[in-house]
Amino acid sequence: MSPRGGRRKRESVVQEAEFSSYYGRPIVKEPTWKPLDIASYLFLGGLAGASSSLAAGAQLSGRPGLARPLKLGAAGAISLSLVALVHDLGRPARFLNMLRVFKPTSPMSVGVWIVSAYAPAAGVAALEELVSLGRLRPLGKLGAVGAALLGPAVASYTGVLISNTATPAWHEGHREMPFVFVGSAASAAAGLGLLGAPLAENAPARRLAVIGTVAELTAVTLLRRRVGIVAETYRDGRAGMLMRAAEALALAGVAGAIGAGHRSRLVAGLSGAALLAASACARFGIFEAGRASARDPKYTVIPQRERKQAEQR
Amino acid sequence: MGTLVESRMGFFTDTSLCIGCKACEVACKEWNQVPEDGLNFTGMSFDNSEGLSADTWRHVAFIEQGKPDDGDFRWLMSSDVCKHCTHAACLDVCPTGALFRTEFGTVVVQEDVCNGCGYCVPACPYGVIDKREGDGRVWKCTLCYDRLGEGMEPACAKACPTNSIQFGELDELRERASGRVEQLQQAGVLDARLYGHDPNDGVGGDGAFFLLLDEPEVYGLPPDPVATTRDLPRMWRNAAIAAVGLLGAVGASFAGRR
Repeated sequence: MSPRGGRRKRESVVQEAEFSSYYGRPIVKEPTWKPLDIASYLFLGGLAGASSSLAAGAQLSGRPGLARPLKLGAAGAISLSLVALVHDLGRPARFLNMLRVFKPTSPMSVGVWIVSAYAPAAGVAALEELVSLGRLRPLGKLGAVGAALLGPAVASYTGVLISNTATPAWHEGHREMPFVFVGSAASAAAGLGLLGAPLAENAPARRLAVIGTVAELTAVTLLRRRVGIVAETYRDGRAGMLMRAAEALALAGVAGAIGAGHRSRLVAGLSGAALLAASACARFGIFEAGRASARDPKYTVIPQRERKQAEQR
Repeated sequence: MGTLVESRMGFFTDTSLCIGCKACEVACKEWNQVPEDGLNFTGMSFDNSEGLSADTWRHVAFIEQGKPDDGDFRWLMSSDVCKHCTHAACLDVCPTGALFRTEFGTVVVQEDVCNGCGYCVPACPYGVIDKREGDGRVWKCTLCYDRLGEGMEPACAKACPTNSIQFGELDELRERASGRVEQLQQAGVLDARLYGHDPNDGVGGDGAFFLLLDEPEVYGLPPDPVATTRDLPRMWRNAAIAAVGLLGAVGASFAGRR
């Protein structure tokens, strides 16, 4: 903590930008969301959404062995994510209060409605895998198609959810965040496919692993380049560790999938697990970067000062 | 903003008049029955309430500038409060509708509707609203909504002994404030400036604005706050493109041989 409320840093470190603060105290509030609940929610929602889309493709192209784990995984992930979401509420009994309004200005409201439509669809699609639906079989098909179309919205809206805040690491990256999130979701779903599908059917998962990982890493690189000084929060501390782990795991997963994912069940499984872990690490890393950026007033003051100066020029 | 039944009411906090007595903090806690939230010694000059929170709706900042013995020393004191923004990010993002705009143009939480999702907490560009420990819901200044309904002024303004906290119709307060800045400038107080008075700023102007004697960040205030909902249409567009891209990527992974 700086000793006085006045200016500081001019002399301490070369290149450190000068800024003032009130005893080094944060200006914006750190999110009160619990990392385990909400970062998991981001990861599981992405995993579920992209898995439903990949599952529908598998089903349509005659790959039941790929569709099955993806459908079951999607239903499981979205159920868990809903538990995490409700658990994080200060008043869980009032969860349904979110369904008394629809507000386009609130990404959380929009998201709750998207998930409310998606979760039953994903549930019915998974049910078809477990029991014979008999005459209700068309309902299972409808669920699978519905979940496949809504899934990408579930995966991408969370990028808007966290970007529409005053948390510097999130808001400054609002252009790239939805792309980071769908990329991460795609590689997670590909990971689940690699983990659960027989070798003969996992080719689409291997391809999606490459596309998703390339998209995610590109978007993360662009984000970190664009956010200016706030990029430090993605590099340092726990967030930095998680982001580096995410990158290494994703690259290892993709390498495994391309190298031997078509002939070794073990390699395919390990690659899938690495991709799932990579996606989880990325979500927790982004979450931690947001918290770190809210804690230090420099990340609030310096970008705003720069913006003001640019406007005055 | 919707149509107001009454005129828009607000605060003009003239920090050049603040003596740091904290009567506003006490009056606010008493009237609104805000719970005790720790009796801490922070070492931050005379400030032991640290900042606005779920249980501190008025907060007096103390800033000591210069050294006491070189003649250049000065005190800055400022009573901070919820800004009741014209474009209020907390209200925009609230998924339950618990936060609403009153007939006085102020922003208030309905505590029987809030489900404690916490989205408003990181959304506020000023770091005002916060979740109350053990309660789970969010709380902040109501601009004494109950008192306003009875034609009374908010408790903090009522208790302020130097009229640093002025309550009234926003238009009239803005006029008074620009007169006050001019007066101070002419008297040689060249640091005097208004903060949050401009309807063209990132939050559309504050319902509670300030006269400051230094840069806003010295007081713990953001220099250029923005209600991020401003960028929301672009964010939704990008999210839609990303979602379609994901569908496309999945489609592409089924192209080619098995």
